[in-house]
Amino acid sequence: MSINWNDAAQAVRATAAQMADALAAGEVTSEALTRAHLDRIAAVDGVDTPAGIHAFLHVDAEGALATARAVDADRAAGVELPRLAGVPIAIKDVVVTEGLPTTAGSRILEGWVPPYDATVTARVRAARMPILGKTNMDEFAMGSSTEHSGYGPTHNPWDTTRIPGGSGGGSAAALAAFEAPLTIGSDTGGSIRQPAAVTATVGVKPTYGGVSRFGAIALASSLDQLGPCGRTVLDTALLHEVMGGHDPMDATSLDEPVPAVVEAALEGASGNLAGVRIGVVRELSGDGYQDGVRQRFEESLDALRAAGASVVEVSCPSFAYALAAYYLILPAEASSNLAKFDSVRFGMRVERETVEKTMGATRAAGFGDEVKRRIILGTYALSAGYYDAYYGSAQKVRTLIQRDFDAAFASADVLVSPTAPTTPFRLGERIDDPLAMYLNDVATIPANLAGIPGMSLPAGLAPEDGLPVGFQILAPAREDARLYRVGAALEAALAAQWGGPLTVQAPELEVAQ
Amino acid sequence: MSTLSRADVARLAALARIDMTDADLDRLAGQVAAIVDAVAQVAEVAGADVPATSHPLPLANVHRADEVRPSLTQAQVLSGAPQAEDGRFRVPQILGEEA
Repeated sequence: MSINWNDAAQAVRATAAQMADALAAGEVTSEALTRAHLDRIAAVDGVDTPAGIHAFLHVDAEGALATARAVDADRAAGVELPRLAGVPIAIKDVVVTEGLPTTAGSRILEGWVPPYDATVTARVRAARMPILGKTNMDEFAMGSSTEHSGYGPTHNPWDTTRIPGGSGGGSAAALAAFEAPLTIGSDTGGSIRQPAAVTATVGVKPTYGGVSRFGAIALASSLDQLGPCGRTVLDTALLHEVMGGHDPMDATSLDEPVPAVVEAALEGASGNLAGVRIGVVRELSGDGYQDGVRQRFEESLDALRAAGASVVEVSCPSFAYALAAYYLILPAEASSNLAKFDSVRFGMRVERETVEKTMGATRAAGFGDEVKRRIILGTYALSAGYYDAYYGSAQKVRTLIQRDFDAAFASADVLVSPTAPTTPFRLGERIDDPLAMYLNDVATIPANLAGIPGMSLPAGLAPEDGLPVGFQILAPAREDARLYRVGAALEAALAAQWGGPLTVQAPELEVAQ
Repeated sequence: MSTLSRADVARLAALARIDMTDADLDRLAGQVAAIVDAVAQVAEVAGADVPATSHPLPLANVHRADEVRPSLTQAQVLSGAPQAEDGRFRVPQILGEEA
């Protein structure tokens, strides 16, 4: 089935791999492709458009088109170009971009323009990919719905009354609404994988240290990881190889080659998983998971068995404490990382007579409620007399969770679970109940605590509400390639059942004229 | 495990340099206390023999060569400052009247 690249509606629905091939073959220009995405953003993204997706906090049409034209000129001149040259991308607003406003979804950074590029931004530029803009997120990546963005929520393209997941809801919704073929996300407790699950897209949290975090505004430094988001497993792998690899500017960066994830995705797409052992985590698939989520998860297991994999059950008893440990470690580290927003060097200042009063007034005005809750919680967890009971104990739980993973990976090559317990809930439904909101992350958090890689990919639509369900795959540290092999095999098997990718089943968005 | 009081939350907010009105405390104090109660269970699970993990993949002694490299200019560093003067960050009075 060939794509008519002159039809913008078809062009924006193509995969990134198809776009790259068409660009290389001269079937389409990067300028036309970039313009098609900018037009799509103009039609569906603004809060005053009928769909009002609001995946973007900032759109850089001029910069994206300038990059596109330069790529087209170089290609016409016969210059050798990287594989994704000319394919547009959007970047989560937690990643700094020289010359482009960066807020991390917070009012305290409104209007700030970074004087330097994050390493991943520099790598995207070196890959010659036009940067469409910056995507919406929960403030400082604290949240599971984007409702904690200081600039208003993003809406799920599958049902605009529902959450797009979080914190990277903008990066996921931009993919699902065909506003960008690839996006960059960050995952501290599931902020790439849970938005992927509820928007029927693909997202990967690489091994801790696998992608440089230099220039990523830190939330919780022992958990944060940047990663790639796409609509297909192969597209996500292509971006992973652009982003990944050692960076001397990040002391936690692994000094190792990027895993061969593109090769793994291609191998997996052949559909043969003979000899692969899949471990179902008992603690991540029982009570509290919506019926339709469980049904699609079971069907995905059947598809993996049909591809030749063996399925075993594994138990990780310490996961019962993962959420509690996470909500101590994260606030503790966040309260320290966010001390830099002090009204002195960048961002908002609410002037008072002394610098101390200025800090208090600025942080009161600039931070939203979720950020305040977590800073207070973290300040408490780190305070004298409570440190051992809270932060110290949470770090011990972390050791127990790593041991559970080690034991589970002795009997399975990858572990699997539903990515999130439910399909996307309605905007506003959990906004006043932080603990209910935190339960979204129950299946994704253990991977961050252990530093291992994880992927979410579409498992279908729940029968009871027609909304997306995500399938999570976890692999041992440094074995990111296994995610892509198993993920691509599952994707191919499910696409054969559905008669094509799930994304094309998304309801048409009403567009602004 | 004792629940965090409203006064505790007010004190923590002051330590974290976040001004809180009575309305802020009405809204947030109970929520923070509920979260503390929910996460306190971590103290029950791991014994003294379990080591703490601070980073999932620990690396030791990550150094770079001790040599001068390009860095941001003074103008770039000050470009986002709310106020700057004579190549420095300008802030309101640091010490109180009594100092």
